[in-house]
Amino acid sequence: MSENEAIKILICQGTGGISMGAKEVELAFIKHIEEKGVKATVGKRCDVIKTGCRGLCANDVLVDIITPEQGRVTYDFVRADEVEKIIDEHIINQTVMEKRKAKPYYNTFVDQQMRVVMTGCGQIDPDSLQAYLEEDGFKAIEKCVKTMKPAEVTEEVKKSGLRGRGGGGFPTGLKWSFCAASPGAKKYLICNADEGDPGAFMDRSILEGDPFCIVEGMMIAAYAIGCYYGYVYVRAEYPLAIERLQHAIDICYEKGYLGKNIQGWGFDFDMRIKMGAGAFVCGEETALMASIEGERGMPRPRPPFPAVKGLWGKPTNINNVETFANVRHIINKGAEWYASLGTETTKGTKIFAVTGKVKHTGLVEVPAGMTVREVIYNVCGGIANNRKFKAVQAGGPSGGCIPAEVLDTPVDYDSLIKAGAMMGSGGLVVMDETTCMVDVARFFLSFTRMESCGKCVPCRIGLKAMLDILERITEGRGVPEDIETLLEMGATIKKASLCGLGQTAPNPILSTVKYFRNEYEAHINDKRCPSNSCKELLLWQVIEDKCVKCGACLKACPSNAIEWEKGKVAFLIKDKCTKCKSCYDACRFMAIE
Amino acid sequence: MSNAPAEQTEQAPAEEIDLAAANKIIDKYLTLPGNLMPVLQGIQEEYGFVPKPTIDLVAERLNVYPSQIFGVLTFYAQFHLKPRGRFIIRVCVGTACHVQGAPRIVETFFDKLGIGHAETTPDLRYTFEKVACLGACGMAPLAMVNDSTYGSMTVQKVEEIISDYNQRPMK
Repeated sequence: MSENEAIKILICQGTGGISMGAKEVELAFIKHIEEKGVKATVGKRCDVIKTGCRGLCANDVLVDIITPEQGRVTYDFVRADEVEKIIDEHIINQTVMEKRKAKPYYNTFVDQQMRVVMTGCGQIDPDSLQAYLEEDGFKAIEKCVKTMKPAEVTEEVKKSGLRGRGGGGFPTGLKWSFCAASPGAKKYLICNADEGDPGAFMDRSILEGDPFCIVEGMMIAAYAIGCYYGYVYVRAEYPLAIERLQHAIDICYEKGYLGKNIQGWGFDFDMRIKMGAGAFVCGEETALMASIEGERGMPRPRPPFPAVKGLWGKPTNINNVETFANVRHIINKGAEWYASLGTETTKGTKIFAVTGKVKHTGLVEVPAGMTVREVIYNVCGGIANNRKFKAVQAGGPSGGCIPAEVLDTPVDYDSLIKAGAMMGSGGLVVMDETTCMVDVARFFLSFTRMESCGKCVPCRIGLKAMLDILERITEGRGVPEDIETLLEMGATIKKASLCGLGQTAPNPILSTVKYFRNEYEAHINDKRCPSNSCKELLLWQVIEDKCVKCGACLKACPSNAIEWEKGKVAFLIKDKCTKCKSCYDACRFMAIE
Repeated sequence: MSNAPAEQTEQAPAEEIDLAAANKIIDKYLTLPGNLMPVLQGIQEEYGFVPKPTIDLVAERLNVYPSQIFGVLTFYAQFHLKPRGRFIIRVCVGTACHVQGAPRIVETFFDKLGIGHAETTPDLRYTFEKVACLGACGMAPLAMVNDSTYGSMTVQKVEEIISDYNQRPMK
């Protein structure tokens, strides 16, 4: 019985999948396969494998069935009660259920991408060392230890042009060489998995889908730098990622891939997980180290840089999850190959979490240099509900908004900064004509103000003052000088804050003022929200000319405040209205103001 | 951190609690460098919150000032100084959920439960929290009750969830 003949069933079990019932689907598959004696009747091996995130989380639960006759077929939105039928039709009768198959967009979504870092995610069982070894696992570290000097490894990474994927974009090889050059026998390695940006979840998906590649990436870095102890700082909000990574670390210790004299190669490396406790600022490297030491996660001034004096006062190298995930591919396939991907200044691929008002939300990995337009329209299918595109927010609370005019910006570090946004951790939140940009700026500011650690006055008090102004504007009490005040304060806060949080917190405001000043002016001068989004400025009435009499608002209203009959314009009864805005979102024609 | 100011203004009631479990957790991490947070996380998992007597115990056994422990506890959003509800409702207010209408979900919960962010109902049935990104943006807006996830939330669904959990047993 050869491998090729085996029937494989791959079930997506990232956080997205599990919350949509992937566990139940898996149990149903196991149960029905046994009941129907698939093994006996078909006479071939049949495996149910749980995998990590496939990327297209909006369509979970995704199930791939691989049979010798049909090849790979993907079903989406699978529920436990359909499993029996799928087994009957697909595996026993060998006919693909065309109606239930994922629609063509699934293939477009997958084909338009280029998966390097995420090759393992969604394809292999994250809990199985064997599965990882079959995918050339631990080959890269073996190659390093057996055939390369530490300095050669660093040189290879330098040549590849890999830059830090956490947002800063500092060349990784250079960072390693700084830490390697620092005197001292005791050095530390940290993997930053404190992924706090709302709207970004690629690090979580890598940890959940392919935890061994992080272990290997850290081993390679440790070898290059000459350190023997590593921490992975994972935020506490990712229980599944912590569980899977801990499992991977335990197996590695058991099988001799971690600890003393790994596999007899004469190389030692120990690692452990440090669980965060819910503080966004701990994504900043010096704050993160304070947190590992058991203190409040407050940033420390640099210099001295962590490469000189970091964790417990020792030289420390700190990289992001996605950066470590890239490393083994560079060693395996060579720096030249890696450097051939991407653009002049940004090499390789980048994972983006595309969310918001886009048709297919999820994780996409594309070569650097693809334009934002291609990512949104070609890979993710464009804007949902046939609405008009307004802007895409890149880089989370530290980033900025990219309007339609500069949608052809390529996704690399420098082009995005030129466009007024930044790569950040790679969240792309798509906004359509119903999203108010002033409200978005207010949202980000309320987030950063809450997460400010309180150390620097400009950040602690300045952000609060800016937030007050923005709140006033969205409530219709803005004054014309407000815009200038915001710009001035933003510039000061950027200059006078110690860490990345304060230095970038005003960005969402500065970029929305730059591109959408007219919306600010409409709020301030006309006391009107052009996107019909700011509650205090709404009229709560249906515009007769725009209403197409579809009745969608009636269905959406939770308090029976809409009067509508077939063929008639809807009417909003103000006395009953609780101002929840459900109808605004339901109306596709912007007919409620 | 102003994430959870409301619950930290009052001290937890100074009741007698069994410190054996806390001692066991401290034993486990005693020699680990930077052990304060793992110890506190362990205690919180054991007791559901960090009771006052355990703070004194940790201070004594790890040789750190209680004020320093209190500083850590109030800095991180994850730690709680008061008992929490049987059902913890978390509503995601991350960017993707925000643009898909999370604010009205939050407000509806506030209205129906009569409590605000990081507060607990007097009968200890519900604790409500706004959280930034649960990482399932494809299903925005998103709510969680303990470990169950509810995607594509609407105002109607809020009412359904509350009436469902109102009928569940407290233990």
